[in-house]
Amino acid sequence: MFGNLSLLALQQYWFIIVSLLGSILVFLFFVQGGQTFLFRIGKSEVERTIIVNTLGRKWEFTFTTLVTFGGAFFASFPLFYATSFGGAYWVWMAILFAFVIQAVSYEFRTKASNFLGQRTYEWFLFINGLLGTFLVGVAVATFFSGSQFSLNEMNSVSWATEARGLEAALSPFNLSLGLTVFFLARVLGLLYFQKTIDNDNILTRTKKALLYNAILFVVFFLTFAVWLMLREGFAVNPESGEVFMEPFKYFHNLLAMPVVLVMFLVGVLAVLGGIAAGLLREGGNGIWFAGPGTVLVVFSLFMLAGFNNTAFYPSAYDLQSSLTIQNSSSSHYTLVALSWVSLVVPFVLAYIIYAWRALNKKKIDEKEMQEEHHVY
Amino acid sequence: MLESIDMSLVDWSRGQFALTAMFHWIFVPLTLGLSFIVAFMHTIYVRTGSEEWKRITKFWMKLFGINFAIGVSTGIILEFEFGTNWSNYSWFVGDIFGAPLAIEGILAFFMESTFIAIMFFGWNKVSKRFHLTASWLTAFGASLSAVWILVANAWMQNPVGTVFNPDMARNEMTSFWDVIFSDLAVNKFLHTVTSSFLLASVFVIGVSAWFLLRNKEVLFARRSTVVAAVFGVIAAIATIATGDTSARIVAREQPMKFAAMEALYEGQTHAPLVAIGAMRTDTSKFPNPREEFIFKIEIPNALSYMVFLTPSGFIPGITDLVYGNEEQGFMPYEERIERGDVAIQTLKELKKAKDRGDEATYSALREKFSDPVWLDEYYAHFGFGYYKGRQLKELIPNVKLNFYAFHTMVILGGHFLIFTLVVLWLSVKNRWGNHKWLLWVALLTMPMPWIASQTGWVLAELGRQPWVVYELMPNLAAVTRLKPAAVQVTFWIFLATFTVLFIAEIKIMVTQIKKGPGGK
Repeated sequence: MFGNLSLLALQQYWFIIVSLLGSILVFLFFVQGGQTFLFRIGKSEVERTIIVNTLGRKWEFTFTTLVTFGGAFFASFPLFYATSFGGAYWVWMAILFAFVIQAVSYEFRTKASNFLGQRTYEWFLFINGLLGTFLVGVAVATFFSGSQFSLNEMNSVSWATEARGLEAALSPFNLSLGLTVFFLARVLGLLYFQKTIDNDNILTRTKKALLYNAILFVVFFLTFAVWLMLREGFAVNPESGEVFMEPFKYFHNLLAMPVVLVMFLVGVLAVLGGIAAGLLREGGNGIWFAGPGTVLVVFSLFMLAGFNNTAFYPSAYDLQSSLTIQNSSSSHYTLVALSWVSLVVPFVLAYIIYAWRALNKKKIDEKEMQEEHHVY
Repeated sequence: MLESIDMSLVDWSRGQFALTAMFHWIFVPLTLGLSFIVAFMHTIYVRTGSEEWKRITKFWMKLFGINFAIGVSTGIILEFEFGTNWSNYSWFVGDIFGAPLAIEGILAFFMESTFIAIMFFGWNKVSKRFHLTASWLTAFGASLSAVWILVANAWMQNPVGTVFNPDMARNEMTSFWDVIFSDLAVNKFLHTVTSSFLLASVFVIGVSAWFLLRNKEVLFARRSTVVAAVFGVIAAIATIATGDTSARIVAREQPMKFAAMEALYEGQTHAPLVAIGAMRTDTSKFPNPREEFIFKIEIPNALSYMVFLTPSGFIPGITDLVYGNEEQGFMPYEERIERGDVAIQTLKELKKAKDRGDEATYSALREKFSDPVWLDEYYAHFGFGYYKGRQLKELIPNVKLNFYAFHTMVILGGHFLIFTLVVLWLSVKNRWGNHKWLLWVALLTMPMPWIASQTGWVLAELGRQPWVVYELMPNLAAVTRLKPAAVQVTFWIFLATFTVLFIAEIKIMVTQIKKGPGGK
């Protein structure tokens, strides 16, 4: 089945899978966003425990998706993995560090003699929520604004700055996406609280916070989206493979791919609809709109970055070192082998959904926190 | 192609990888083994409906959870470190190496993380049967992830199923099955997981012994011990059997590692096995430095017998490999370096011809990379080419460290077999716990599998130095070109962070154990 596909088709298939993983990851950042409200919304010990526990049943999904995103990108586009991770050393190290401290925090937070104290682990969760989302946003923004690298004849990466990627956080454009992702994660976190928590104090504060965070999200998102449409982009000449700057490149891409345009618009409407539902209606179904909406929007952004003869990981320092779907992928053989494995993904998704529902049947409340055997 | 390289960058990058991997490996084997022990106990609970077995299951499950969290925490770094610190490696072999990592995520990590949530939170939320299934799937998920990462490691030790693509300047996969079913990969998986099962068994026996010594929770401790002892004996036998096979594979695929772990400098037939020994460094002899035994106890012919099942088998020593041994068919390293250099220069010429559009030269050179004879005569030595103008001793692993690591592992392995057999025997006779001194032995044995497991990895990874991909890519070519100071900073940050988290883990673990199965 896959063996007959052309290399280009396989490259596109895998860019779509990786993009999908990335989009789902941003949706699952509701865990990170939720963590940033630990102190703001969780005013008492019990309230914080409820918040930690409702997020604690989902944090592994986000974490695993991040790891799988990395692994899948490595396997299908190894030159991206080598160039970006090896090049933008400090950005990725900071992101990783934010996740190292997250993984222990749920389990260790309320355990006796946990050495650092409950507060420290709560701060770890806060830092993870803040840095993890913001820096991933900044890193992804470089897909459109370019990075400072060059590759030699062995495809070995050199980075032009000592900041090794941290310089990206100084660009206002990159910042606008970083802050968009941060506030989006917070909005999703709040919508998730509405869906899963049964506690009046928490829900009242959640609604209030939702308004402010949604406004900030919309402001930053619009800034980013408009800027993206107006900026020049990294185009590729399909014949020669030469990379050149093209004005309004991403706007052109959006028009050239109507499916992506539709996905983008539907996604934006779904996110806004989800927020509106969260603000106006009881019942907490906002996440069911905003979540899939997020996936659609992020996915369409990845499509704008990589499809329609565009360099998805461009170098602003040395244009011709820019990475495209074609020049950075694995071989035909490897992509075919991986594609067979990708057939189990629907099965994996099915059991995740099943497990998710099994644990979220009932809203979490104070009573459960007292009776439950396993509490974080 | 290879600009001058600061060896301190290589050393710090290796140090950081070793640090993060070794920390990670403190927790992983316990996860691998304890997950199955918990699943067994959970099964007994579901079958009998006994509240005591439920208490037992929950107690060990809690310890499993604490350990799992820090295993995850230390693991994420490793996944990305190939890119951050070994980016040239990631490109050179990413076409092969990336696939197992991706599959590990898709197949194993999701299974583990999904069902672990059900395992912990499912007591009153899902049916008993589904809950039990979740415990088993967590255990299988953990071992399944081990499959893929060990396949990846085995491939680095023995790069099979691969061809070099000069246009892309990288290796490409030609057979997925060769990669995952190479006997090195299969053996590595079996040896690693069974030794991890053994480690977890010794842990459970040790913790239970602590309860017995204090005469607390006696029924709980005895029952836990029985389950662990059965599991432990099987695991100990399997660990030793797979270890034995592993030695034969190493002798065949990585003769330098094999010679180093036995500190064998001069090759010979009827080679003895050093059962125990101590060494000092002699810098006056070749190759320099050279390790000399201060004392040793040898088993005659055993080394030759171990590899060839006959005492007349020739085991090459370090000097045979470095200086060559025509009679036995070992090419000197000088020659291999020359040939490797030819392969590297050919690749360079090919790149140049391509750049200037010289089709004729390009095609002629491209031809060589698909000629099996040329590949065998030159490309097979590609990695050696990086050592042109460098010292031969850089191609010899640290003999002392490998020798001690290997022998520590083997001696401890023998101890574990006897130990688990004794525990099982006495448990069956219902006499485990009657002898206080044996309980103390159990307690003192508890940390030993960690030593054996870590030394096993020290041997596996240091024994193959300087190769990152065996004989194709040395560490100095694989490393990301960073300022050594950058790697030093992250090294110390990780050391500090992991140490703090490790202390936290130990303190939490000890407190939970002290609380016992009755504690909240």
